[in-house]
Amino acid sequence: MEDNIIEIKNLVKKFKDFTAVDDISFNVKHGEIFAFLGPNGAGKTTTIRMLTTLLDPTQGDITVNGFKTTKDKSGARKSFGIVFQDPSLDNELTAFENLEFHGIMYDVPKKVRRERIDQLLKFVGLEDRRNDFVKNFSGGMKRRLEIARGLIHHPKILFLDEPTIGLDPQTRNHLWEYIKKLNKEEDMTVFLTTHYMEEAESIANTIAIIDLGKIIAKGTSEELKKQTKQESLEKAFLELTGKQIREEIGTARDRARFQGRMWGNR
Amino acid sequence: MIGALGQPVLFFLALGFGFGPVYAKAGGGNYIEFLAPGIMAMTILFTSMFTGMEVIWDRQFGFLKETMVAPVSRWQIMLGKTLGGATISVIQALVVFIITLFFGFTPNWTLLPLTLLFMFILAAAFTALGIAIASKLEDMQAFPVIMNFLIMPIFFLSGALFPLNGLPKAVGFIAAIDPLSYGVDGLRGALIGTAHYGLTIDLLALSAITLALIGLGTYLFSKIQV
Repeated sequence: MEDNIIEIKNLVKKFKDFTAVDDISFNVKHGEIFAFLGPNGAGKTTTIRMLTTLLDPTQGDITVNGFKTTKDKSGARKSFGIVFQDPSLDNELTAFENLEFHGIMYDVPKKVRRERIDQLLKFVGLEDRRNDFVKNFSGGMKRRLEIARGLIHHPKILFLDEPTIGLDPQTRNHLWEYIKKLNKEEDMTVFLTTHYMEEAESIANTIAIIDLGKIIAKGTSEELKKQTKQESLEKAFLELTGKQIREEIGTARDRARFQGRMWGNR
Repeated sequence: MIGALGQPVLFFLALGFGFGPVYAKAGGGNYIEFLAPGIMAMTILFTSMFTGMEVIWDRQFGFLKETMVAPVSRWQIMLGKTLGGATISVIQALVVFIITLFFGFTPNWTLLPLTLLFMFILAAAFTALGIAIASKLEDMQAFPVIMNFLIMPIFFLSGALFPLNGLPKAVGFIAAIDPLSYGVDGLRGALIGTAHYGLTIDLLALSAITLALIGLGTYLFSKIQV
């Protein structure tokens, strides 16, 4: 029977006087593709950071693959791989070296590690760029490499934070195919955040919508469309979250990201 | 690397040959000999601090994020970054060292291992300090403040450019609490044989400060919430 691989109970995150995540609870079933949608500033990124042990909750519990994220960080971390929104490869290393480093950090034994690196490079179509420096890769290639890297330790869950943002349609399509293939063949649970409605509609089994720190809807794409009496997921989303553009406070992170784009991301 | 070496070499040539005659006249001897260890320490200070401060950027937009989400403890990441940064600094300082040889620096070669030891401990100290500071900052806006109010005073009041004997009490006091002073003094002692505080004190003081800074850096780094 399907069981829950991620359980979130009464999760709260407060920053000084601002509540980013306001008592949310939901589960992700083993083997499903789960899309987490929401307007900017809704609490999506904060939630993912708590799920991936980068941030501690103010209150509430998160259990990832049976490990509580606040109590057994190591166990939780071994259970997932993540592809971040901002690139996290070492540009001064080759594709192979980046993957090797990851494998070593996750304690993957050498023989297994080398085999998986070969398999995964082939899987994402980068086997002939194995010994090239990552700084010479395009955005799409870097993203593919990061996906390969996230899988080296064969995690049960793959977190994808806006995985196709900034990519051309061919690459986006390729990535969706990889994700669906992984999900089917490896029984891998996928948790993704995205702004692209057709992406969520096309690949996700379950969709949850967060707004102002609260889960306002959860279900399949069909269910959400029926619930809001709309023909497309995009319209359903707008119906649920309102058409107003969100006020956002520019954080230090946004300034830094902007500076990075100005000076050419390393 | 050539860019990074520009500043120390420029200081060395400008000050060394500029102040050389004045220093000799005042009875100080050969300024080039005196200055070279100071310039090497300068290289270590700047390179180490910059490497450490890289963490501000790296942890959100770079490779460091990947290490923070891995099943690796924070202190291991911190130690790795500190040792790696220290190694880079020492290599740069050695390149500067070779350059000073071309301009008349004649060091005592027998204590070279001790020189390397001082370089490494000094580099570890400032890499750790850089990481400690970077752990508390969210963007690069504070950088000019740190540069002018921390790094520059540490450099100028450390005895890298001028001897520490006979200084007014206030300056002498600042020099005594400046970790770089012990590093410079130790390097000078190992390379040309004159040490203001004495080699043993230099080694002990520097090691103690370095351990404290590594401890501080590790603590602050482990508290980072991305």
